[in-house]
Amino acid sequence: MGQILYASVTIIAGVLLCVAYFWGTNAALDRLLPMRGPRASANVRRANAIRPWLFLGPSMVILGLYLVYPVFNSLWLSLHDASGRDFVGLGNYVWLFGDAKFLESVRNNMLWLVFVPAAATFLGLVAASLTDRIAWGSLAKSLIFMPMAISFVGAAVIWKFVYDYRAAGQEQIGLLNAAVTALGGDPVAWITVPFWNNFLLMIILVWIQTGFAMVILSAALRGIPEETVEAAILDGANPFQVFWRIKIPQIRGTIAVVWTTITILVLKIFDIVFAMTNGQWGTQVLANMMYDWSFRAGDFGRGSAIAIILMLAVAPIMVWNIRNARRENR
Amino acid sequence: MEGIAGQKASLTWAVHIAVAALVILWTVPTFGLLVSSFRDKDQLAMTGWWTSLSASEQTLAARTEGPDAQIREGDLWVVRGNLFAPAGPGQVASWGASSREPAAFAPGETADLGDGEALRVEENGDYELSASAEMTGSRGQRVYVQSMEPPVFTLDNYRSVIGAEGIGRAFLNTFTVTIPATVIPILVAAFAAYALAWMQFPGRAILVACVVGLLVVPLQLSLIPLLRFHNAIGLGKGYFGIWLAHTGFGLPLAIYLLRNYMSGLPKDIIEGARVDGATDFQIFRRIVLPLSFPALASFAIFQFLWTWNDLLVAKVFLGTSDSQLVMTGRIVELLGSRGGNWEILTAAAFLSIAVPLVVFFAMQKYLVRGLLAGSVK
Repeated sequence: MGQILYASVTIIAGVLLCVAYFWGTNAALDRLLPMRGPRASANVRRANAIRPWLFLGPSMVILGLYLVYPVFNSLWLSLHDASGRDFVGLGNYVWLFGDAKFLESVRNNMLWLVFVPAAATFLGLVAASLTDRIAWGSLAKSLIFMPMAISFVGAAVIWKFVYDYRAAGQEQIGLLNAAVTALGGDPVAWITVPFWNNFLLMIILVWIQTGFAMVILSAALRGIPEETVEAAILDGANPFQVFWRIKIPQIRGTIAVVWTTITILVLKIFDIVFAMTNGQWGTQVLANMMYDWSFRAGDFGRGSAIAIILMLAVAPIMVWNIRNARRENR
Repeated sequence: MEGIAGQKASLTWAVHIAVAALVILWTVPTFGLLVSSFRDKDQLAMTGWWTSLSASEQTLAARTEGPDAQIREGDLWVVRGNLFAPAGPGQVASWGASSREPAAFAPGETADLGDGEALRVEENGDYELSASAEMTGSRGQRVYVQSMEPPVFTLDNYRSVIGAEGIGRAFLNTFTVTIPATVIPILVAAFAAYALAWMQFPGRAILVACVVGLLVVPLQLSLIPLLRFHNAIGLGKGYFGIWLAHTGFGLPLAIYLLRNYMSGLPKDIIEGARVDGATDFQIFRRIVLPLSFPALASFAIFQFLWTWNDLLVAKVFLGTSDSQLVMTGRIVELLGSRGGNWEILTAAAFLSIAVPLVVFFAMQKYLVRGLLAGSVK
């Protein structure tokens, strides 16, 4: 009860504080630089120069403190030892590139980077183009889209249950092993099979992200001008040619956006690995390793170094996004 | 487009089948979780959830009553009773008197146990143990019974998860995190988005580019610096810290989405209001904010789903006490400590995904709209 009260009071106080800030500073500005009187036009000009910064102020402070400052602070910390006091130069990075677990994480992240965006985008494209042709397509879309709402942790429980393993001879309660034994095979402790277990974890993310890809690509497919498709049909193109030669080239930009969005998500993947294996049996990834070193081992230097590696991996996409956004705003 | 599919009936069928297969693949894992969470925990541990509607076979190790209960009938000493007596009625499929052959006899058959002893078990569990000499010892004869158990569905799993396993409290904690973490960024971002969309000032283009860049900064980069910062200013681990952290991490998307939407509003209305002498604050409050409701709703859903489903930020910025552990954190703990107890895990997981699923199905329209605005641009 006390907690609900505490949370409600905070929401109300927070909202009132925000409103008070915006309303108060605006009123103060109007009072200080009135729009009437002998210097009205000069006042209006000065007020218009100041007001945007009143609107932007809180956002800029929070963004600066919570996203910009940490980038530089992480860089600084990654050049220092575990306590963050003694300068070690590139020591943490040198250690990283000699560490077997780090190299394993990089390899696994690469696998994730190739497999998940490709599979999710492909399946999303298939789902989008198929569901658009049938009457119950929107229901099907809803159901394929549904895993988007499920947390990575919830999805991990769902899929751990699917991969559950009982010794041979016992009745299997996991769907995958039940299917394997029904087909005459031996049950396998899937999660512990090196290398291939990575793909079992990736399937979870593909399962979640396919709906996202489908929704975006479906909208893009609908945006294709009818005339191009009609012209191709008149020229005798079959449905597959229409799809691959006419439609795909026209939504190439959207496919790239979907691909990069999933790529960024994949680079930061943490919860699924943390909940399913915690990096055992050769499934470690960068974000989980970063968590381990920072908050289990308490080594902020090494943890920050891994975070910086992640930042470097994201940087090209960041530059690409900014360039695209600037081109559109022109 | 319809023309293409309509030309060939076989192709239409292929599409129907392919979509049905996709939908089944995508929903079956979640459905299995839902069914399992309502099953009796013994049945859940013994059989797959897809068999949950058929009766399941169970082996029961029972014992006849001891020699104290024997009565003399003619030449024989007899013990009578029912094997299901303590637990309630049941149905015997087969039975046996030794652990090596627990299903050797059908109901109604008589087994010769040697030394002049014979045992008969009926379908309803009634048994008759007879001996030619008086039975000695203190314990009764072991009987193994294969019984058909009807499927049992129960709310017990949910009861124990909400109470003893702490999910009820975690549910409350999760709400405490998510509501302020959704409301605060919307307020702050709406003003910034208006400024970036409709106010003229130097450096606007650079600020927009910065917001786009910050969209993809990995969260991992912020964890250590912010935890140190919170500790340094005495905030430590707690709700206030996580509200601020979620606000910070959600702001770039909020500003980006809202700015895109607001800059698409009709220019005439806003210019007209300016000419009529309305201040920016008035335009924002009376015109732009009400018109931007769809974008506000989109972002609110994103932020709610993201904060509700988050594990990492909660693990770093909240403590691990009962009063601060959120649902995802609690489930991860259960995965470690109760890894084999699927009745606990399935019920806990379903409780944690129920709220996002309700939000998802109720507000899907806004979610889709937000996704399109957020990524296609």
